[in-house]
Amino acid sequence: MLLGIVRRSAFTALHGLRVFVLSLAAHIPLLVLSIVSVALIPIGVGMLALPQVVTWTRLLTRSQREIARDWAGVDIARAYRPAPGRYTPWSAFRWVVTDPATWREMLWLLVGIPAGVLGLLALAIPFYGLEGTLGVALLIWLITDGYGYGAVWFMDNWGEALLSLPQGAVILTIGVLAGPWLLRAWASVARPFLTPSRSDLLAKRVEVLTESRAETVDAQAAELRRIERDLHDGAQARLVALSMSIGLAEELMASDPGAAQRLLAEARQNSGEALVELRGLVRGIHPPVLAERGFDGAIRALALSVPLPIAVEVDLPGRPQAPVESAAYFAVAEVLANISKHSGATRAWISASHVDGRLLVAVGDNGAGGADPAGGTGLRGIARRLGAFDGTMAVTSPPGGPTVVTMELPCELSSPRTTPSSGTG
Amino acid sequence: MRVVIAEDHALLRDGLTRLLGAFGAEIVATVDNGPSLLPALIAHRPDVAVIDVRLPPTYTDEGLQAAIAARAQIPGLPVLILSQHVEQLYARELLSDRRGGVGYLLKDRVSDVSQFVEAVRRVAAGATVMDPDVVAQLLARRAGDEPLRELTAREREVLGLMAEGRSNAAIAGRLFVTEKAVSKHINSIFSKLGLPPSTDDHRRVLAVLAYLNR
Repeated sequence: MLLGIVRRSAFTALHGLRVFVLSLAAHIPLLVLSIVSVALIPIGVGMLALPQVVTWTRLLTRSQREIARDWAGVDIARAYRPAPGRYTPWSAFRWVVTDPATWREMLWLLVGIPAGVLGLLALAIPFYGLEGTLGVALLIWLITDGYGYGAVWFMDNWGEALLSLPQGAVILTIGVLAGPWLLRAWASVARPFLTPSRSDLLAKRVEVLTESRAETVDAQAAELRRIERDLHDGAQARLVALSMSIGLAEELMASDPGAAQRLLAEARQNSGEALVELRGLVRGIHPPVLAERGFDGAIRALALSVPLPIAVEVDLPGRPQAPVESAAYFAVAEVLANISKHSGATRAWISASHVDGRLLVAVGDNGAGGADPAGGTGLRGIARRLGAFDGTMAVTSPPGGPTVVTMELPCELSSPRTTPSSGTG
Repeated sequence: MRVVIAEDHALLRDGLTRLLGAFGAEIVATVDNGPSLLPALIAHRPDVAVIDVRLPPTYTDEGLQAAIAARAQIPGLPVLILSQHVEQLYARELLSDRRGGVGYLLKDRVSDVSQFVEAVRRVAAGATVMDPDVVAQLLARRAGDEPLRELTAREREVLGLMAEGRSNAAIAGRLFVTEKAVSKHINSIFSKLGLPPSTDDHRRVLAVLAYLNR
């Protein structure tokens, strides 16, 4: 616990330092370059230079957004106008000057310089406190004979010098407590300059949606094609063969009853196989158990169908919407299929919960690991399927295992059923 | 009767082989994919080929394409196309060379074994056999046409059976009337539709299909 606080404080101070260094070493040169570029636009040089300067500025603000998110808990979205399709000096220039974000971030280059002091404070206060607490101030006073600490300038005697120790403790405490707050204050200053306009955010959202919609449509078409093929080559062909056997048996009934009987036996077997195929197909479209028992029951049924022990822990107060439920179900089914095919695992677990408006599903195993989400079409298929609902998938699978696949799907839950085990067919 | 069978589904291929064999046909070749169908048809020159529309490797319409290509090389080579679904478009392509010896049936029809074998024999003899579904589609599409509306209900029935490729005798048997009555209906139909009268069964069917397929 103490170690955690120390670590956390050290990192906060370190990022305070980063904020401060960037505010001088990056903001000042970039600001100068920006002003010069803008000033030189009339003679053309600026038109060539500005896109480059803006690119550097965006790299800077990107890392600053990361600091704000990871160390101040301030999430600042990142969105710019889409880059021109054909990259020419003129299109690049037009692209950066027409984007309001360029000018907002240029202003931030200026404002960020004094704001960097907040980062310096996040570093300096705890260090100053540390100086007193560890007796460094005392030591310096002993050696130089002319030193002060905290509220006491100069320290004239041992009593005043020793006072630096409790003073240091107080300052250190203040510094540790204030560190995150200072970084948050810095991020709050940065936020208005770095936040994209609403229209840019929407444009970015449209881009993401367009892409995911295209993928969804593709996936859906492929799915329909698969179903058509399965029906055409499977059940439909079997039924034709079936009717042919029965027809022939009918013809042979009088002349060769033995052959007719064999044909009928064959027909019966064929009808059984057609039913099995249809059942498999139906399960692939929408598993009946999912319709009957919801996600919880369907996942448990799925776990039973896999030939290794699987611990299932589902904690959902209600049911997700049907399409989300179905997507999550098939994602789990795919992951389980991968586990039993590739991982060599002897045990696996599934957990599902609903937190902050998101359905969280995790599937793990104790297998060999090394699963690559980019490699398998199965995992990519899952990601696409979840993408249709703004869902995401993450795979951690170090060589040697274990492998954990986590999926997140934003969704609401319907109110729970009052009679959880009312008759199912 | 020498037959080539093209069907990728083993169950159906065996079934067809057995079924036609039981009725005395000689199966000279069975093929389970598109590319080897055309060479087989050219090499064996069967009396009739029974072909599934959809075959590997692309599972589209290579059966139909091979049949049309074979008929381009061996004019009038009798082919009976089987399919899980019937399309007017395919019927039109098959009929476009106006040579007869063409059949186009739903796979379902094999369950009526004697009728199916009869259809195979008729195609082998150069007749044209269309699935009732195709004919129904054709008639439905032209139902609003002026000349067709002038036909009586019975005449329309006869027209449909004729389009399926049935002989006068078969139509008479189906409708429980005399063959003479059937030919009277047919004459009336031909004059109402403005088609040139013909006594040849086979030409008559083609004329009717061409009319409906316009």
